[in-house]
Amino acid sequence: MNSAHAMNDATQAARQADRAQPLLQVRGLGKLYGPQKGCQGVDFTLYPGEVLGIVGESGSGKSTLLSLLSGRCPPDAGVIDYRRRDGRWLDVYSASEAERRTLLRTEWAFVEQNPRDGLRMSVSAGANIGERLMAQGVRNYQALRAAGLDWLAQVEIDPQRIDDLPRTFSGGMQQRLQIARNLVSGPRLVFMDEPTGGLDVSVQARLLDLMRGLVRELDLAVVLVTHDLAVARLLADRLMVMRRSQVVEAGLTDQILDDPQHPYSQLLVSSVLQP
Amino acid sequence: MNTLIEVRDLSKTFTLHPQNSVALNVLRGLDFSVLSGECLVLHGQSGAGKSTLLRTLYGNYLPTAGSIRVLHRGQWLELRGAEPRQIMAVRQHTLGYVSQFLRVIPRVATLDIVMEPALSRGWEQPRAKARAEALLARLNIAKPLWQLAPGTFSGGEQQRVNIARGFMVPWPVMLLDEPTASLDDANRQVVLELINETKAAGAAVIGIFHDRLAREAVADRHLDMTPTPSTAKESLQC
Amino acid sequence: MNAATQPRPRRDDAYNFAYLDEQTKRMIRRGLLKAVAIPGYQVPFGGREMPLPYGWGTGGMQLTAAILGADDVLKVIDQSADDTTNAVSIRRFFARTAGVATTEQTAQASIIQTRHRIPETPLTADQIMVFQVPNPDPLRFIEPLESETRTLHALKDYGVMHVKLYEDIATFGHIATAYAYPVTVAGRYVMDPSPIPKFDNPKLHMSPALMLFGAGREKRLYAVPPYTQVSSLDFEDHPFAPQRWEQHCAICGSEDTFLDELIVDDQGTQSFVCSDTDYCAQRVAQGRDGQ
Repeated sequence: MNSAHAMNDATQAARQADRAQPLLQVRGLGKLYGPQKGCQGVDFTLYPGEVLGIVGESGSGKSTLLSLLSGRCPPDAGVIDYRRRDGRWLDVYSASEAERRTLLRTEWAFVEQNPRDGLRMSVSAGANIGERLMAQGVRNYQALRAAGLDWLAQVEIDPQRIDDLPRTFSGGMQQRLQIARNLVSGPRLVFMDEPTGGLDVSVQARLLDLMRGLVRELDLAVVLVTHDLAVARLLADRLMVMRRSQVVEAGLTDQILDDPQHPYSQLLVSSVLQP
Repeated sequence: MNTLIEVRDLSKTFTLHPQNSVALNVLRGLDFSVLSGECLVLHGQSGAGKSTLLRTLYGNYLPTAGSIRVLHRGQWLELRGAEPRQIMAVRQHTLGYVSQFLRVIPRVATLDIVMEPALSRGWEQPRAKARAEALLARLNIAKPLWQLAPGTFSGGEQQRVNIARGFMVPWPVMLLDEPTASLDDANRQVVLELINETKAAGAAVIGIFHDRLAREAVADRHLDMTPTPSTAKESLQC
Repeated sequence: MNAATQPRPRRDDAYNFAYLDEQTKRMIRRGLLKAVAIPGYQVPFGGREMPLPYGWGTGGMQLTAAILGADDVLKVIDQSADDTTNAVSIRRFFARTAGVATTEQTAQASIIQTRHRIPETPLTADQIMVFQVPNPDPLRFIEPLESETRTLHALKDYGVMHVKLYEDIATFGHIATAYAYPVTVAGRYVMDPSPIPKFDNPKLHMSPALMLFGAGREKRLYAVPPYTQVSSLDFEDHPFAPQRWEQHCAICGSEDTFLDELIVDDQGTQSFVCSDTDYCAQRVAQGRDGQ
């Protein structure tokens, strides 16, 4: 991982230029399943390399918002504009389904809470990692193999296990495999739904550390849904606090957690053990 | 000598909604500015709001009223009401903060924790590593500990790791919250040297120092934060 | 081996011509036109019940019934043999209900309904192949949802097809898929060529004959029009390769046909013979043998 730290000046300059412009612009986004069920009136701008955490209790609309943002479910209201790698802006829900799907398997990625939803459990770890590359047209077996071995190492799975089925992996390994499967295509925006949700605490720490490293090394923008404020503090630069379908407070992660303003945020922060 | 940070009429009130919306006026109408190469020491008894002021300056607490302006990359920037990403940029390049406590991240090695501020500014790995190792050695952290995560270190060791991280890169404005508390004489001396080097390099320093010797070694001016009767508070925050 | 053409028998008037009613045949022909217009695309059709169970070739029989004319000469092969139970009974079915001539000779036939093989004898432009298909969707093995596979086809989103081939190479060192080997038709749709051996895949490419595919249980039909590009999926460094045999046919001596392995005695002695019985018989008739 250290090689990427020694970035050359050209990479640095390119990143600086890219970072000056927003990556995702969300205006008035909403979808309601009933009064205060779902989400409404969500506005925010995300820049390259930023990690945005969405926190709130169950039923507050976090997951609905993530589905809308990630192109999986059309909103009732609002617009999502995404700046593609080629610099052109794409209105995510005005785009054709073909464009949206292409985005989802190239520049975007989605890490599911349950790795079984994000992995193909019936094919090997190597095939799981290679799938996005094959979908992008890579037709060289050796190249796919090399990418598989490289990414297993990056997510700290023994590369010898490349031909093993995911079901023979532990929960933490499955989640790391899911991350590798998503990041192999070099996405710029990653959606994560409670990525450490079902894991033991010791396994969580390892995964969080890995994700922190990858986020910085690959300059990923991340939208992270979590109800775990400790996870939010460790990974997110900014937070949005949701309650009953609305964002009640947004700001820097440490400011929200240490000096929450909204009554609900104060209740949320004071209700958990010190993160 | 030019001004690097300017605070006008700064107030901070905590409103505790879950507790019948009790309002705590911790800071009221503060005015001060700090020059390059100058160290302003916050003065006042425990509970006067010294730590709250530092945290408010750093953006960790939201100011209730007034203005905090810093010279960020050659331009004045108002921090009150700034976008999160502006504050993140200020924290990356302009505003350094050393607290008493290290927030330990599981599994991250000491050396990596110390190097992090430099790497996020885009330093080359070898340069960052050389600087981090020099600081850890100077702060008497034994070399075998460098590759370990500091979760199991003693309190004093963790504090020194935190100081090394804080002084890893030059900051135009530096906020110090009791950096010398609970350090032995030798290490306190090292920290005071680091502060004076930072001042000599042109930084504006705002600090809290409980021990008199440390204060006298670095202070240029004092800000008296003893509450007047009109600003007396009902209880203590944090 | 009797490969003679049977003359037109008398049609059983108790049934409509070729068993199906005219409306149904017209509906199927409309589907076939669409399938020919969009090579490799699976067209849904209102499949009818046939007087034999699913899995016995009901899809192929409905297509045959829809395109059959009184002057056609029908050949039916099952496991590439003309004399297996299923082949014989389907041939008899159409001889009785349509009164058409039947044959075992590939060259004599105008319509060839098949399961498992494409004949070794090269096809011509005035012939139509009808394939019986058990599983029409090549994406089904990895994606159980029909709505999802349709979207994948519509968007030409075929990355998962290579996942299976990757798994083969990772497990066996080579692409081990030996039959129903997926193909891309006219550079657009990925298609299941029915359970023919991959040995026959090259025969689909630029074939002068029209190829029709019918799946009775799934109620899907699709087509490869004459002279259409058909390429088998593969990797650059693991290119598609049809099966080859060290042996030659023990009966006719052929070295370039698809061979079946036979165990001829209790000691396990192997013998290899052509799987295409008609082709083999004609070579023997021309005086070739396996010695």
